[in-house]
Amino acid sequence: MADVVLKNVQKSFGRMKVIHGVDLDIRDGEFVVFVGPSGCGKSTLLRLIAGLEDITAGDLFIGNERVNDLVPAKRGIAMVFQSYALYPHMNVYDNMAFGLELAKSSKPEIDAKVREAARMLQIEQLLDRKPRQLSGGQRQRVAIGRAIVRDPKVFLFDEPLSNLDAALRVQTRIEIAKLHTDTRATMIYVTHDQVEAMTLADRIVVLNGGRIEQVGTPLELYHRPANLFVAGFIGSPQMNFIECRVAGTGPDEVLVDLPSGGTLAVPALPDGIRPGDSVTLGVRPDHVRIGPEGTLTGRVELVEELGENHLLYVDVGGGRRLTIREPGDARHMVGSTVTLDLARESCHLFRSSGEVLPSRTGTASPPLSSPGLASATS
Amino acid sequence: MIMSGAVAEAEIPVRTTARGKRSSLTRSRIRAAWAFIAPSLIVLALIAGWPLLRTIWFSFTDANLNDLSDYKIIGFENYLAKYDDEWFGVLTEPDWWRSVWNTVWFTLVSVSIETMLGIVVALILNAAFPGRGLMRAIILIPWAIPTIVSAKMWNWMLHDQFGVINDMLLRIGLIAAPITWTANPDTALWTAVMVDVWKHTSFMALLILAALQMLPQDIYEAAKVDGVSPVRVFFRVTLPLIKPALLVAVIFRSLDALRVFDLIYVLTSNSKDTASMSVYARQQLVDFQEVGLGSAASTLIFLIIALLVVITLAAGRVRLGEDPR
Repeated sequence: MADVVLKNVQKSFGRMKVIHGVDLDIRDGEFVVFVGPSGCGKSTLLRLIAGLEDITAGDLFIGNERVNDLVPAKRGIAMVFQSYALYPHMNVYDNMAFGLELAKSSKPEIDAKVREAARMLQIEQLLDRKPRQLSGGQRQRVAIGRAIVRDPKVFLFDEPLSNLDAALRVQTRIEIAKLHTDTRATMIYVTHDQVEAMTLADRIVVLNGGRIEQVGTPLELYHRPANLFVAGFIGSPQMNFIECRVAGTGPDEVLVDLPSGGTLAVPALPDGIRPGDSVTLGVRPDHVRIGPEGTLTGRVELVEELGENHLLYVDVGGGRRLTIREPGDARHMVGSTVTLDLARESCHLFRSSGEVLPSRTGTASPPLSSPGLASATS
Repeated sequence: MIMSGAVAEAEIPVRTTARGKRSSLTRSRIRAAWAFIAPSLIVLALIAGWPLLRTIWFSFTDANLNDLSDYKIIGFENYLAKYDDEWFGVLTEPDWWRSVWNTVWFTLVSVSIETMLGIVVALILNAAFPGRGLMRAIILIPWAIPTIVSAKMWNWMLHDQFGVINDMLLRIGLIAAPITWTANPDTALWTAVMVDVWKHTSFMALLILAALQMLPQDIYEAAKVDGVSPVRVFFRVTLPLIKPALLVAVIFRSLDALRVFDLIYVLTSNSKDTASMSVYARQQLVDFQEVGLGSAASTLIFLIIALLVVITLAAGRVRLGEDPR
């Protein structure tokens, strides 16, 4: 059990800088998920923590010890790889025991640890099998078992579910959540799948271009994204963005002109915004309602039926298209004209720099919202 | 029971179609296959089958190189015969058995050294370092030179009076007098082994390098996280995983080494101390004009190598058949 602290951690490959100074404070027993688009540096950051890559600048602490110059084995970590990384010629038992054989553990000790891990993961009947005789899900469980037997202070997961099919992914996700509940170990988990991030994480770290965009609990990120990137990255289907001009400001609201001519009063502190400035209005597909009255009108371009709900793609003029999610089956045909009502309490306003305008409650900017937690730097 | 009944029923019609009438498509495919295979079968029969059968045939005759049309069949007398309580034939010749031992010793020693050196070279070439591509090309040069050329080249370098190697060793004071590398029975076979190692290590290294590059990289990172020492990783992970490829390489090299002729013949001529089986057979056949005896020796070489191939393939099938992944 240990906390993991990153202080201005940087990484360059040759002249290419891929991590631009990351500050992060992961508490003991916390489940932190790194998400971001491909190439954002999330896997590199994990490999820096693991010690598989050298840190170019900055400090990394695991359990109050600076570990920059320690080899992976001395950092008290265990890692689960996307490709499982099982030794193909060893059976399941040996795969789990191999790393322990040199840790000065006695044979019965190793045996007890392996069997305990196998019992936890329900792979006891597979101990004599070779990896190639196992399904993908079983292989990943063996890989997790190999991490468990090391009794690490910190578990590192590098996209562990990416090679599994959808049903198995859900099942293994639940098992990893259970493993965290059972062991209370610190876990750092890299994924590009936001569902995994939302469901597993105590806190999510959104990375983009080697920088932290925002750190927060899943719901903080969902309800109070700090900037356009996080707003667009978290949530599926993506948040709708509408370019608008500010019509006027009040003490705790900003009036914006909508493209169709209407005006919407969005609850947000103006914070230096003046009438005439251009801002981006963000609203999630769930917060747009089709009603008899509304601030926008548009033509239905496409309908996607998903069973429990459906998606409407509505052209609101000027090439802008809004996504709307409504429960049940679609009641509007392609080509019909609809009136849209934006739930103004759930709207977000972003400056042209991408930053969100603080909301009335004063807790809007999530990098600062969790006291003592990490914030984006550089 | 119901299941097996259904399976049995399903199998019967399949068998009858396979044995009975084949569909016209199947028949035309089989015809096409034969048409494609036939040319190489004919060529093989002419250049390999015919000489082999002729050699085996001559081994049962008293043919002489002077006149190959005048011979009579003498049965197994070239191999083993008894006249007046005395045994004759190749199998009783001490020179033959000496050449068998020379060949086996040469094969064991040179292939062992080549395997170990090959692994070392392959591991080095597998690591990332500047100029790796160039090194990979350079290391293949000895292998690309024809054996007869490299043997002649080494012969000159190892010459007892004018050789550059003796000269260098004398200059740095390692030896007091020139060594007759290829003539001295103590050094001659070792010299042959050295030249063979020089030539064939790169072949081994290339095959092993190919195997190394097929290995998944993630398991090495897993081993790093597990804190397994590099030496242990090599013996417990790398070596078991490249074993199938290593076995193939060793088999290839061994079969090659058992047939060794040009290297030893160029380096040491007909010296009994170094003669391989092939050198012995050539000597009987060409120098002594004993086509019958030489053919008997050649047939024995064929049998010995064929036997070893069967054994290695049988042993290899058990292990090669097992996919390490």
